[in-house]
Amino acid sequence: MTAFRLWVYLQTTPLFWLTATLAAFLVADLLAKAAHRHPLVNPVAIAIALLGGLLKATGADYQTYFNGAQFVHFLLGPATVALGVPIFTNLALVRRNFWPLVASLVVGAIVAIMSAVLVAKGLGAPRTVLVALAPKSITAGVAMAVTEGLGGPAPLTGVLVIATGILGAVIVTPLMNLLGVTDYAARGFAVGLASHGIGTARAFAVDPVAGVFAGLAMGLNAVVTPAVIPALLPWLVG
Amino acid sequence: MIRGFFILLVFQLIGELATRGLNLPAPGPVIGLALLVVALVLTRRFRPFDEEALAASDLGQAARGLLAALPLLFVPAGVGVVQYLGLLRDQGVALAAALVVSTVVTLIATVGVFLLVKRLAGAKGEA
Repeated sequence: MTAFRLWVYLQTTPLFWLTATLAAFLVADLLAKAAHRHPLVNPVAIAIALLGGLLKATGADYQTYFNGAQFVHFLLGPATVALGVPIFTNLALVRRNFWPLVASLVVGAIVAIMSAVLVAKGLGAPRTVLVALAPKSITAGVAMAVTEGLGGPAPLTGVLVIATGILGAVIVTPLMNLLGVTDYAARGFAVGLASHGIGTARAFAVDPVAGVFAGLAMGLNAVVTPAVIPALLPWLVG
Repeated sequence: MIRGFFILLVFQLIGELATRGLNLPAPGPVIGLALLVVALVLTRRFRPFDEEALAASDLGQAARGLLAALPLLFVPAGVGVVQYLGLLRDQGVALAAALVVSTVVTLIATVGVFLLVKRLAGAKGEA
């Protein structure tokens, strides 16, 4: 009886889900470290799988989980502002790469939207899914606001954004090595643009200059993509 | 550390107010990021400091701590996937194909244009 009451308390208290989030991430990060930061062993993906399994096993719903996890989620805002510190430290490097940065930002943002929507449309995805898919390369909060503004399912966008982030973080290192790209500013900018903060976290794990350019791309794309989508989407979705 | 975290929150708050008050297209934290860079540039102009002093400052420590934890911060939103297991069963193939193809193509397009324009700018002696 007492054990049952304790269990009921545990399942509903935000403290438990907050602790579980940190525990899952620590386990995932240990695995990533043991794999020598191999790109396929992505700590974000592992932590999500562990917590998803825990939710299924306990029957707790996402809202209960998020009541605890929101304290971690909240820190995304100040962490985005914090990117200003390494960007400031590398401002000279940013100035030197100004034109490559502007050109690849505009091209990359448009390619990211069009390629995703066209492939999903070709495979028969319904209109609401296409709307939710369009802003998948930008940071979660902004992407969800864009989908909401277009009357689409914002939480689905949140999931697609995280999936895109993990994919980019997994793909970028082998892909860039395959292409023989050794310019870490270019590599970082590409992964930050395609895969926002999760790509940026991966870039910081690989190289500090890559991290700075990834953070820059993530910040800039969070401005360009919401500006471009309303013009592109009616034309793409029809 | 507390002062550093305070500075980050203040810039985010100013960013949120600016984007709502002025109807800017950029999200609050991104405006906050831009304002923080501007503030650091201005501060250095009037009261010079070097990279090490910034890294050792309250702000530098808070920023480094938060950025080290960046991957963790995406976990709560990602766990939201449990709400969409049904949709993933129906549309999983289309979504997976769209995300994989789009991510690869976007990475290649972005890095390609970056390197191409860098070479062109360099050829003109701008690098």
